[in-house]
Amino acid sequence: MTTIVDEGHARSAAPSRLPAHAGPWRRAWRRLRHRKGALVGLVVVLLFVIVALCAPWIAPFDPIETSWSAIRQAPDATHWFGTDEIGRDVLSRVIWGTRASLLAGVVSVTISLSLGIPIGILAGWMSATAGGIVDGLISRLVDAFLACPFLILAIALAAFLGPSLTNAMIAIGVSATPVFVRLTRAQVIDVKVEDYVEAARAVGNPPWRIALRHVLPNIAAPLIVQSTLAIAAAVIAEASLSFLGLGQQPPAPSWGSMLNTAKDFIDSAPWMAIWPGLSIFLLVLSFNLLGDGLRDALDPRQR
Amino acid sequence: MLAYLIKRLATIVPTLLFVSMLIFGLQQLLPGDPAQVLAGEDQDPTVIAYLHAKLHLDRPLPVRYAYWVGGVFTGDLGESVRSQQPVTRLVAEKLPVTFELACLAMTIALAIGIPAGIVSAVGRGSWWDYAANVFALWGLSTPNFWLGILMILLFSVELGWLPASGYVSPFVDLRANLAAMIMPAFVLGNAIAAVLMRHTRSAMLQVLSADYVRTARAKGLSEPVVVLKHGLRNALTPIITLGALEFGTLLSGAVLTEQVFTIPGFGKLIVDSVFNRDYSVVQGVVLVTATSYIVLNLLADLASFVVNPRLRR
Repeated sequence: MTTIVDEGHARSAAPSRLPAHAGPWRRAWRRLRHRKGALVGLVVVLLFVIVALCAPWIAPFDPIETSWSAIRQAPDATHWFGTDEIGRDVLSRVIWGTRASLLAGVVSVTISLSLGIPIGILAGWMSATAGGIVDGLISRLVDAFLACPFLILAIALAAFLGPSLTNAMIAIGVSATPVFVRLTRAQVIDVKVEDYVEAARAVGNPPWRIALRHVLPNIAAPLIVQSTLAIAAAVIAEASLSFLGLGQQPPAPSWGSMLNTAKDFIDSAPWMAIWPGLSIFLLVLSFNLLGDGLRDALDPRQR
Repeated sequence: MLAYLIKRLATIVPTLLFVSMLIFGLQQLLPGDPAQVLAGEDQDPTVIAYLHAKLHLDRPLPVRYAYWVGGVFTGDLGESVRSQQPVTRLVAEKLPVTFELACLAMTIALAIGIPAGIVSAVGRGSWWDYAANVFALWGLSTPNFWLGILMILLFSVELGWLPASGYVSPFVDLRANLAAMIMPAFVLGNAIAAVLMRHTRSAMLQVLSADYVRTARAKGLSEPVVVLKHGLRNALTPIITLGALEFGTLLSGAVLTEQVFTIPGFGKLIVDSVFNRDYSVVQGVVLVTATSYIVLNLLADLASFVVNPRLRR
């Protein structure tokens, strides 16, 4: 999961002419509206969400129903995206596969956020107390996780947990957590010396209240940006694990497992590989465009 | 230099310790008795008893960890349940194949990513810049296993120029080796080229607005000299660090690429081990990968130290 800080883009963004009374979120939305790429990304993501939610009504066929009379049929008026090696409708499987991909993206990142934010806040908050032992321990543990390449760690975790979509999501979520711990920690260290945090402490607020009411809202922007980019990475990771047979299990449809089957029929039925791959590409591209736009609109360091 | 090296070595010791704990801990995720899981479908009581004794499963967890780490220090990463071969030997056999793939992929990534980043930064706002950014987004958003399948479809099935699979050692037939490796290397290099392009662009934009670059231009130096000698040289530090960090992406990508092109490397070893429930091989591969990653990061830091005189002060 690589986070790319593209300063050139940030500087080239048009200067905002926004009323001083507008809130930070409203100003961010206005900035985002001026970035065409981000808006296109947002619209395509929303379209995928609608497709995933409406899959039972818009899929023309049952995604697991086989038809021995329609094996590896090229795209035609009945089967727009063709059929696979056991006669299942590729379009219906792509539509249902949207669910697995989106679910994996959102659930994995939710797991990363639920683990990463509290641990990151703890590390950042304790960085200057108790000799920094807690922070040191957490940081070394994060370094250890980050030393294991993301997908290899996810493969190892999925292997030991057992192959299933749920375990793939847990594996991806846990593997992506260190990035969020590190980001949250760095943000907390920056924010905790701000006057408003000092003031909250001075009036006797307990640490958990300061963390939730004063620190968290002020570190939300970079976390939202990172989450969007992490969803893109998680979608690819789920597709990768399913491609290797460690994610969604057959016959349930998943773009990754569809590609795994398609590679064996690439010379006789190339359409089996084109559509699921294109769907992964479009969804990931949209999240990346949205993430880039959100970074320029939200991340204070980039303004 | 020596003091810096010692300081850096001191920071990687605890990281390695945690990495070893993490990888050893993976075994604890196995439901029930690990020996029964490792014994496979046959559930031979002799094998289960042998595994119990071999893995010290009747001893407390910290003791088992100590045994395991002790083995790692002496180069013993355990034994493959499937092939009965030492994991170290399996890893050593597969490593050169993935190493070659990684080197070729990195060469392609550097050859595309750095020039594209420079052109994009120098011609900021131009069509070149736009094209380079589109390329970067494409590279970051394309799953490499899909790109691999598409390339097989075009270059192997349609045009018949390159073999779709089959690995030949470079010592047997270099030409056949390169023919088999060029597609996977491109697939793997593509995503890293995108990341390198973005970082090179970003670093170059920063450097090109620096005073010393303005001075170089004011001296009347030609644009290529200004960009390459004064610009790129100073932008290299973050690019070197990133190159090492991308090693992780390279290995993750290799797992999928080797699967698509049936290359008998490191990635294929880990996937095959997962399906054979050969957990000591999985642990061994992850440990070697993580250690290589840490060592490469150390080397990148040292390279930055050498390239950037400011760090030496």
